[in-house]
Amino acid sequence: MRPSTKKLVTNLSPGTKIKGKWHQQTYQIVKLLGSGTIGSVYLALHNQSYVALKISDQPSAITTEVNVLKAFKKVQGSRLGPSLLDVDDWIITKDQSYSFYVMEYLRGYELNTFIKRKGYEWLGILIVQLLSDLRELHDQGWVFGDLKPENVIVTDAPPRLRLIDVGGTTKQGRAVKEYTEFYDRGYWGLGTRKADPAYDLFAVAMVMIQVFYPNRFDKGPNPYRTLTYKIKQSPILRRYAGCLEKALLGKYTSSSEMSQDLSKIILKRQQSSSQNTKTRSQPRRNNSTVKRQQRKQKHYQWEESLGIAMVTALFTIFYFVIHML
Amino acid sequence: MKKGTIKQILLITDGCSNQGEDPSSVSALAHQHGITVNVIGVLEDEQSEQPEGLEEVEDIAKAGGGVSRIVYAKALSQTVQMVTRQAMTQTLQGVVNQELQQILGSEKSMEDLPPEKRGEVMEVVEDLGETSNLEVLVLVDTSASMAHKLPTVKESLEDLSLSLNARTGNNRFAIYSFPGKKQPVHEIMPWTNELSNIASVFPRLTSGGITPTGPALKDVMYRFQSTPKLEGWGSTDETIYEETGY
Repeated sequence: MRPSTKKLVTNLSPGTKIKGKWHQQTYQIVKLLGSGTIGSVYLALHNQSYVALKISDQPSAITTEVNVLKAFKKVQGSRLGPSLLDVDDWIITKDQSYSFYVMEYLRGYELNTFIKRKGYEWLGILIVQLLSDLRELHDQGWVFGDLKPENVIVTDAPPRLRLIDVGGTTKQGRAVKEYTEFYDRGYWGLGTRKADPAYDLFAVAMVMIQVFYPNRFDKGPNPYRTLTYKIKQSPILRRYAGCLEKALLGKYTSSSEMSQDLSKIILKRQQSSSQNTKTRSQPRRNNSTVKRQQRKQKHYQWEESLGIAMVTALFTIFYFVIHML
Repeated sequence: MKKGTIKQILLITDGCSNQGEDPSSVSALAHQHGITVNVIGVLEDEQSEQPEGLEEVEDIAKAGGGVSRIVYAKALSQTVQMVTRQAMTQTLQGVVNQELQQILGSEKSMEDLPPEKRGEVMEVVEDLGETSNLEVLVLVDTSASMAHKLPTVKESLEDLSLSLNARTGNNRFAIYSFPGKKQPVHEIMPWTNELSNIASVFPRLTSGGITPTGPALKDVMYRFQSTPKLEGWGSTDETIYEETGY
């Protein structure tokens, strides 16, 4: 909530024309894409093509973000974050002026929507992609900072997860510039807010967790126990438990370490599923093995997994009852 | 450029002052003394409209060269740290703008530079923000209506110390509440480096309906540790701050 005089940037109506003071380019607002603490991002039209425009009443914050985008540009092509197209000021009256920058517009799906549509097996793969981008970013001396589903996008054909908002990107060794509580290790009592690679890796683990808990959850009296419990509750997350717990506790010092562990888990699953295909073509195999392996295959559909989880739960309860008697 | 100490008062309140001098005038005075005054107005969770009393929140911060926000209690943690950081950047930018004026010899500030040239200036501001020493005096309104919000205030202050202690520069915090029993303010926590485990000192008792914001602000102005004022800090020229957009 901000005083009414400053609400304009979050409330630009479609059709509004924004003309830059310095470079004289005009952008026509199409719709609001998102709002954050620093400003708002709009879809806009410029020379008949779509661009993303971030506008804020804090010129210093805009300058800082532009600095980050420029630093990325220097080292790499356009892979880390969207490419920067323009930076300017929009002067409405003498007392009312805003700063903005313009980026390429990345069209894509939200992470959770994509995974729901294409299947949970995509989660691991997208996260491995994310980790490779983070590795590059870390190698350049940065930390992404405000890593959360809202700040990534999955572009299609081929599916690729990309970082889109660099508002939290901080030089390593400094205090993280911007963060969101649920993804912040400080909030969970599991570390400082000093920017180091492990800070991002904590957030990566939280991004994976929230896929299964889109409404998020409270940290409770023992935050780490809450997290491990939530991981165990989800049959798919449980497979990644070892890797997730290491990331949450800050035991990975680089994203390649985490990526390796994650890849191993994904590979193991793919191997087991390819073994399944083999067993089908070898009908002479002993019956019970086949059954067991077929059951394994069904793991990939989470409804089934849930069923198994329930059976297991019942069995456990049964086991305890027997013991108590 | 010399490293300095940034002095801030962070006022957390939920209503309008009803006793003593006008808090905005006191806030302006504090600003003259090189202290920035930030104000956070806390709303009730069920409040949908901005109540009347909170109008002064913006005025006090403006007069004090600081930042103001009006938020629901649950968003307090992030707001407290954001307001503090933003005000710090603002103060430092004021300082850097003054240096720029000396170099460029006219009424220039960062916004008068083309966007391409602001980057380097901002890097200097960021460097200073990371390394400067910071003194934050937290002034908490503990009048009756604030009572049930105090646990959240406590949490958000612990969180603030977590955020600020991730910086390279040193931090000092002190917490005062108002109204005090016989004086305008009551010391909850003397100057310290960290605000973890402040639960034990946080007050459970609250006093009646009066909210003497002005007198309280005036009192805490003189409770900062570092008395030597640095040249350039705390400008007396308001226009610098206005141009940063607040």
